[in-house]
Order: sequence, then structure tokens, then C-alpha cells
Amino acid sequence: MFQRAFGRIPWGYTLRRLLIAIPTMLAIITVAFLMMRAAPGGPFDGERRLPPATEAAIAAKFGLDKPLHEQYFNYVGGVLQGDFGPSYKTLGKSVNDLIADGLPISMTIGALTMLVALTVGTSLGIFAGLRQNTAADYGVMGFAMFGISVPTFVTGPILILLLSLGAGIFAVGGLGTWPNIGMSWHNMTLPVLTLALPQIAIISRLMRASMIETMRANHIRTARAKGLAERDVIVRHALPSALLPLVSYAGPAMAGVMTGSVVIEKIFGLPGLGSYFVDGALNRDYTLVMGAIIVYAGLIILLNLVADILYAMLDPKVKYD
Amino acid sequence: MAHIDPILDPTGRVEAVKTAITGGRSLWDDARARLLRNRAAVVSMWIIGFLVLVAIFGPMVWVHDYRTISDLRTVNPTFENWHIFGTDLQGRDLFARTMIGLRISLLVGVVATAVSLVIGVTWGATAGYLGGRVDNFMMRFVDVLYALPFIFFVILLLTVFERNIVLIFAAIGAIEWLTMSRIVRGQTLAIKGKEFIEAARAAGVSRRGIIFRHILPNVIGPVAVYVTLTIPVVILAESFLSFLGLGVNEPLTSLGVLISDGARMMEDKPWMLLIPAGVMSVALLCLNFIGDGLRDALDPKER
Repeated sequence: MFQRAFGRIPWGYTLRRLLIAIPTMLAIITVAFLMMRAAPGGPFDGERRLPPATEAAIAAKFGLDKPLHEQYFNYVGGVLQGDFGPSYKTLGKSVNDLIADGLPISMTIGALTMLVALTVGTSLGIFAGLRQNTAADYGVMGFAMFGISVPTFVTGPILILLLSLGAGIFAVGGLGTWPNIGMSWHNMTLPVLTLALPQIAIISRLMRASMIETMRANHIRTARAKGLAERDVIVRHALPSALLPLVSYAGPAMAGVMTGSVVIEKIFGLPGLGSYFVDGALNRDYTLVMGAIIVYAGLIILLNLVADILYAMLDPKVKYD
Repeated sequence: MAHIDPILDPTGRVEAVKTAITGGRSLWDDARARLLRNRAAVVSMWIIGFLVLVAIFGPMVWVHDYRTISDLRTVNPTFENWHIFGTDLQGRDLFARTMIGLRISLLVGVVATAVSLVIGVTWGATAGYLGGRVDNFMMRFVDVLYALPFIFFVILLLTVFERNIVLIFAAIGAIEWLTMSRIVRGQTLAIKGKEFIEAARAAGVSRRGIIFRHILPNVIGPVAVYVTLTIPVVILAESFLSFLGLGVNEPLTSLGVLISDGARMMEDKPWMLLIPAGVMSVALLCLNFIGDGLRDALDPKER
């Protein structure tokens, strides 16, 4: 099934989606730029007033003395070349530096979370779907309801309270110190688990519903009528079609994980892009906030596109000309 | 009951059938019966009702005001002075603050959902009803907005402008209307072409009658379900912003702010986290159970 499907990449559809993505990105950049400029007060308003000469020098350095349209074109030109300008608040660092620091950490958390959420969520959903309206099903669905309803900023601190401060199994936060430095089991388990919980819940609910529906489909009856073992019916005939709705949820799921990552990084003190973004928002570091938004938006648009193309390739019923 | 010409009704059964239809169980009676059989949903409705009453009237009758600062800082829960949930860093009574936080969170949930309902239903119904090129354009617009990381724009908005509660209502409501408009459009489109609409038209039902008796009831169901499921999402979004320090301003508070404050104190005083977290989780859990129950009640094909 997969070999056959991967032959047909819908080029026309891909091209059209890419063509829509360009004006979308431009619109995002424009709105972000205009909002930043509409801000009351200058970006350098601190507790103490700077001498006018210093202020003018700073404005000149950041190009704020130029007319608005020129600033806009300079900014868009810079972004197109991958330059997000200097950070307003972190002296001596460009927004690019900060993004380069934070993005790998956020991406790792996001990728690990998606991996955990997809594996656990799908398994739980299949398990519950095959045992519809039994105690096992109600157990899984109760857990899923809990996962959807309890926000990550509640589960995160409670997990820290229980497993880090209480049992001392995992790190309270941070990237860790020697020998647990970096993306270690000790430091990454709790953030990834916390972030994955709502996604596990949503995916398992989706998967359960999809599994129940598929098991009633005609091709399953046919497979059973042929005398296939129940195991083969499920694995070879039910799973491929039951997994399809999941592919179309992958895009929104990744957007959810990225948004959630902002909170998770704050709770666990991880220096990812989300942390920089929130700190930038609280300190009014406008260039950093804009840069982060553009990166997030670009990633979300790209991942959505990939998910949609994958869906078009896997579902023979979908026709995009 | 009007007398019916025996030539038009040779079997004499029309009267009987009519009373059976009008006096019988309507779609809504069935749905209500199914909802009331759902124990989780019923219990949830009682709990939410109780929480709403506490949020509205609790702060009026409680001995402490949520703004009053005192010297009794971070007191443990005690019946002395009636600080049953203890006090915060400024010595403000936490029971009073939890009730105000609950009030704000529920208010945000209801108001922002209403905003999204108005925009979403108008947009979706217009697109679905007009159809054709207008529909195509309107829904592509929704598709483009769908791809945007809206919560990040809300954060930018709250960074740039003075934070106030109205802005939070509007901003969150403006995110959530997208799905609503898709649902309403899909329903309108699907129902417009159904056989029973055609049958009703053939039977001579007026257009008004078709819209109110046949189209609206079928649109209201999914919308009602989505509205109940949107309220917890909106409450989550608000507390997400509050948790990041971008929510309502002091001395007002929301459950997200209380959780955020509590998380900082959780090592020594875990109840400062656990109480608002518990209230919020119970409220969200109940709202989700009600939404699920409503969906199962209105769409018995599921399950």
C-alpha cells in the first residue's frame, strides 16, 4: 500500500499550496511589523531617560530614524535573506543568534513529544477502539478526558512536585549539568511527558473513533468473510485506513506542540525558542518577538503543508488536481 | 383539529397520525432523555452549576475581600480569621481570590465563546448559503488564517498594547471562530441539499417553516456541541496567557494567574498550586464531559 501511494506526489497541489504560502508569510511579516510600530512608546524606554543625543544614536543604529516604508522594506529584505536584525534588549546579540540558540532545543522537545504522542496515542486508541464499551475502553477514555482537561501548566508543576522534588527521579528543570548535560533522559523525560499528555489524549480519542468506524466498514467484512485471521484483518486491512484521519491531525498537532512548548520551556527552565519568545514579549524586545513569530509561522505552515501532501498521497479517495 | 374531507382521507387515519407526530417525542425530547441518562454529564452539570453560583455570589458574601492586603502573609489554611485556603504573598485571602479567579476564567470562557459564535455562525452560514465563488473565497480565507499561529499574535498584541480584559476577550474570541465557521458552513451546505428538505418543499411547507423547523434544528446541534467544547478551550487559552504573565492585571486575578503564583511557591506551600489547579481541572473536566454528553445525545450514531 505504501509503495503504491508514495508514487503519486500531487505536484500541482503542492505548487498551489506553496504559492498561497508566500503571500501568507508576507502578510504575517507585515502585520507583525505594523503592530510593533503601533506600540505606544519607543522600544528603548527604560526606567531612566537617556540623553537625546544617545537616543538619536541608538535610533540611527537600529535604523529607526528612517521613514516607515523604508524601515519596512529594509526589514522584509532582511528577513528574506534570513536576517532578523539586532535584538533590542539583549545587547550585542542579533535575533538570529538567539533563534539559533533556542530553536534546536525547541525542535528536539517538539520532535520527541510528537514521537511519544503518536506512539502512545495511537496504541491506546487502537486498544480502546477494539474493546468498545468495555472497562478497558472506559479506562483509556477517562485518562484521555483527564489529559484534555488538565492543562500542561498544572501537570508540569505537579509532576515536578511528585517525581523531582518528592521522589528525586528526574531533574527539576534546566538542561542539566555533567554528566546529565544536554538532552538527557534525566532532564527531558518530564518536559516531553507533560507536553505529550494532551496530544496523547486527543490522538487516542481520534484513533479510537476511527478504529470503531473502520471495523464496521465493508472491506473488513469482506476480509473476515475470506477467512483471514482476526489479527491479519486488523493489521493489514483495518489499520491502514484507520490511521488516515491521524495524518490530517498531524499538522494541527505539531502546531499545538509548538504552542505548548512555550509554557513547558518556562516551567522547566529550558532555554528554547519559546522561553526567548516569552521573555522577549515581557521585556518588549520587539525584534525578537517578531523574529520568533515569523519562525513559528513558517514552521507551522511548512509542517501543515507536509502533512496535507502526505494525506493526499496516502488516501486514494482524495483527488487534488 | 380541523375536520378533514373523507375524500382526501379515505382511511380516516390522518388525524391519528397527526396527533402521533405532534404529540409524540420530538428530536429534542429524545436528545434530552439521552443526555439525562449520561451520568457523567449530569454530575458535571450539577458541579458547573455550583461553581457558577460560587463564582457569582461567593465574593459578595465571603468575609474577606480579594483585594485587601494584610500582614498575615502566606498563612497556611486555617479556620482562624477564616483563611480557609490560606493567604498569598501580600496577605490577601486565597479563598476570595480563588472565587474571583474562577469568576474571571468562566467569564472569559463565556464572553470569548460568544464572540466566536457570532463571527463563526455569520461567516459560515453566509458562505454555506451563498455557495459558489463567494463560498470558495470565504473558506480559502479561513484556511489561510487556520495556518497562522494565532496565539503568538495574541501574545504580540498583549505585548504591544495596554493589557485589559476586553482585549483578551476579543483576541481569544477572534481565534476560535474559525472552526465554528467551518462547522456551520458544512452543516448548512449538507442540509440544503438533503431529501427531507426537498420533501418538505414538495409537501408545501413554507420557506420560513423549512428554515426554522428543518434547517435550524440541524445546525443548532453541532453548534451547541462545539460551543460547550469551546468554552474549556478558551478558558485554557486565557490561563495560558495568564500563566506567561500576560493575563488580567492586578488586583484582579484568574485561575491561570493563581496557578502561576502557586507554582512558584509549590515547594513550601503546595496547596497554593493545588487548590487553583484543582478548581480549574474540575471545571474543565466538567465542561468537556457536558460537551461530549451533548454530542452523544444529539448524534446517536457515534458510540
